[in-house]
Amino acid sequence: MNTLKILKYFLIIIAGSFLISCSKDDNPIIENELNGLKLVTTLSNTTHKVELYTLNGKLQTGFNNIFFQIKNTDGTTIDNATASWIPEMNMMSMKHSCPYSEISKAKNSTSTYMGFIVFQMAGSESEYWDLNLNYSINGKDYTIKDRISVVEANRRVVESFQGSDSKRYILAMVEPTAPKVAINDMKAVLYRMDGMMNFPVVDNYKIVIDPRMPGMANHSSPNNTDLVQGTDKMYQGKLSLTMTGYWKINLQLLDSIGTVIKGEKVTETNEGSSIYFELEF
Amino acid sequence: MVLWSGKGFSQTDTTRRQDSLRSEQLQEVIVISQRNLKDNTTKPLATLDHYLEKSGMVNMIRRGSYAWEPFLNGMATERSVITIDGMRIYAACTDKMDPITSYVEVTNLARATIHSGSASSTGGSTIAGTLDLVRKKGSFGQSALNGMAFTGFETNNKQKIVGGSLNYSHPKFFSDVDFTIRDAVNYRAGGGQEIQYSQFTKYNISAQAGYKIKEHQQIEASLIYDKALDVGYPALPMDVSLAKALIGSVSYTRHHISPLIYQWQTKVYYNDVTHVMDDTKRPNVPIRMDMPGWSKTAGFYSMLQGTSNRHDWKANLSGHYNKSLAEMTMFSNTPNEKDMFMLTWPGVQTYYGDLFIEDKYALSDRWNATFSAGLAVHHNNIDNQFGLESLRIFYPEMPGSKIRLLKRLSASVRHDAANWSYTFGAAYGERAPSVSEGYGFYLFNSFDRFDYIGNPNMRNEKSTSVNASLAYQKAAFTAKISGSYFYIDDYILGRPRNGLSVMTIGAYGIKVYEQLKYATILNTSIDLGYQVTKEFLWTGQLGYRRGTGENGLLLPLMQPFTYNSGVTFFRKSFSADASINGSSSHTRYNPEFGEKGLPAYAVFNLSLANRFKFNGPQALTLKTGVENLFDRNYTTFADWNRIPRIGRNFFINLIWNF
Repeated sequence: MNTLKILKYFLIIIAGSFLISCSKDDNPIIENELNGLKLVTTLSNTTHKVELYTLNGKLQTGFNNIFFQIKNTDGTTIDNATASWIPEMNMMSMKHSCPYSEISKAKNSTSTYMGFIVFQMAGSESEYWDLNLNYSINGKDYTIKDRISVVEANRRVVESFQGSDSKRYILAMVEPTAPKVAINDMKAVLYRMDGMMNFPVVDNYKIVIDPRMPGMANHSSPNNTDLVQGTDKMYQGKLSLTMTGYWKINLQLLDSIGTVIKGEKVTETNEGSSIYFELEF
Repeated sequence: MVLWSGKGFSQTDTTRRQDSLRSEQLQEVIVISQRNLKDNTTKPLATLDHYLEKSGMVNMIRRGSYAWEPFLNGMATERSVITIDGMRIYAACTDKMDPITSYVEVTNLARATIHSGSASSTGGSTIAGTLDLVRKKGSFGQSALNGMAFTGFETNNKQKIVGGSLNYSHPKFFSDVDFTIRDAVNYRAGGGQEIQYSQFTKYNISAQAGYKIKEHQQIEASLIYDKALDVGYPALPMDVSLAKALIGSVSYTRHHISPLIYQWQTKVYYNDVTHVMDDTKRPNVPIRMDMPGWSKTAGFYSMLQGTSNRHDWKANLSGHYNKSLAEMTMFSNTPNEKDMFMLTWPGVQTYYGDLFIEDKYALSDRWNATFSAGLAVHHNNIDNQFGLESLRIFYPEMPGSKIRLLKRLSASVRHDAANWSYTFGAAYGERAPSVSEGYGFYLFNSFDRFDYIGNPNMRNEKSTSVNASLAYQKAAFTAKISGSYFYIDDYILGRPRNGLSVMTIGAYGIKVYEQLKYATILNTSIDLGYQVTKEFLWTGQLGYRRGTGENGLLLPLMQPFTYNSGVTFFRKSFSADASINGSSSHTRYNPEFGEKGLPAYAVFNLSLANRFKFNGPQALTLKTGVENLFDRNYTTFADWNRIPRIGRNFFINLIWNF
């Protein structure tokens, strides 16, 4: 009798634990194009709502991959729009834009669009960013213009500077987004500022990298590869990180004939370059 | 019992030699704990390190008071195989602060058996030789319970030693338990200078049991638990808050299987080592860091031993698995900055399988020959992705695993005549790079102040060696000259690599393990004994090593000309001993490894001992003495970063047998 009871409870416990573990596993994963993304803000006009998403739910200084969906007022998504955007910084005395990409459908998506924007500065109460989104659906044009909040990134991931050739440049780190103790793929984008609204990609330059740990007597790592332009127009190289922690990636920008446009070599006497990115992991 | 116990280790007359050191042919035996109680060790409760240091084949490299590193034939622990009762154990510290010998106590052990080169290398493939620490073990017999309690004190570092053991025997069962506690504060060098961070505390407990299944069949189980706390390493920038090991085994032994096979022993074992290195006790460091390490090993061996006519042979099949992992976390001096973390041993798995055979052949009454051969498969695998990717910073193309074949061979002959005996041997051996040499990631060496990077692409290191000894004995006089010469191909050594940035703040540079085309090491020693009168015995020992690499590079940590000489007086149960040991100045040193020249020194020691007999087996042994009588401040070639050795030290050892 007793043994039966024990057996019964034992079976109940076993079954129970099965149920718990099963219910966890069986929880249906909603196949969502926006999986892993966080809502930043919703822009709206009278006809549509546009939901902006990023990986961390924020727009911040530097390179931002931005995803969005256009929804009718009833909440249904639009999947046949073509769109373009212009970010605009409203300063006290003037307006300017920043580097941005064209907009395309996100990979493996039916109704999610994506592009990137490189904000070279954060917004504030008095000086703020607007996003102008122009889109057309079935030949009809629409537009949304709304204020977006751009915050300062925790670490320095974008540099805006005047080069030795008197031109202004914007250089932003794209990758690594999840740095590892390893040889990481590194990616950056480089633009020139031609006037307030025009930011063409700079071709055939070279970005020399020198990762350092200022907290470790400026320890550096071996087997880094300087960044050169890849087929996607972005600058690509290899970044070695020998341990976790805070890294300062000192930069030097060289033009197509090797002239230093900006940045200084790190030496015994020069602790760091005037342009750099930061990573902490 | 008697029949087989004599087979494993050749016995020689022990009384002739100084203290508890014996040597026969190419083997040296250090008696650590004698069951027969005729112990004439001056300081029986000395640490195992002190016992091993007496051997002419061993140098103990010292980084503090605790856990000295045994160098066999002038070579570091990577080049030798050190086992406990045939069990492989891998140390868990990247900075060699925990050689295997630090996880046992003298009370656990009966003796240490040392072989040069690959002769008798049942433990595995080796370059320098093998050191097997043989467990003290009870035996079946008449029902009896006896034991021992001991205590000791040393004045210099206030070392307190307390321990005891109990042994129970029965016709079908035996069991032993023992424990030892040691606790010491900082020692003072000659002249009174306090050596900071040289304290240590050690607890050791061990148990063993045997059961006779039937005549000639028995099983045994053994367990050692060793825990050291608050161990200071004055020669290093870091200390150890915890070093612990659990070492266990179960074995099955069968005797007299057939007229040709007298013993078959199979053992399975497991050991688990945890080593926690940190710098919390150091007031001024450029950056705080923790460097814990873990090593787990599981293995087995199965050995057949047989004899027939003129042959005395053994065959051993063994295998083991180890996983070594060590990490480093540095805590940034900038508040709120993330910790800096790396794997210094990237989770390295070692799979090792080995077959070894040896045959001793009696050519005639006076001529003996011994042959041995071994073949091992050695497989390293990095199973930690983080670790593998870290190493690939230096070696982008490196594979995660590597298989090696390790071969070894040895042959020796021995001739015994009335007063003379001589031996000659030759051996060949190979080894794989150690975990640090193959896969170490920024391991700081505080002697040469370089960060070391492992190299996974190295070839096997190969050694060809010859050794010879000549012994003479007539009446009261004994003399033995022995020497060995190693020619090592692809000698593994860290060499400076320009263009790499140091990791450790204040380090001079980076060394990457490379292979010298060759290196040679010469070892020589002379042992002398003279029974002057019935009551006076004089003994002397001389030793010298010389190590040179390709292009005349001087190998580090080579013993200069050293000597010791002592006179012992015996009368009944009383004995007194006076000895001197010293060294010539050290001039063949290499600054590339942080070495400095050293002046000659000599140190005097005195001791007295008496044994008081009581009823039955009860006896009290009292040993007392003074080491470094004249409080000489000195440093030897074996002292890491040239920290001075202990100054004048009075000691007392009391052992109560019951």
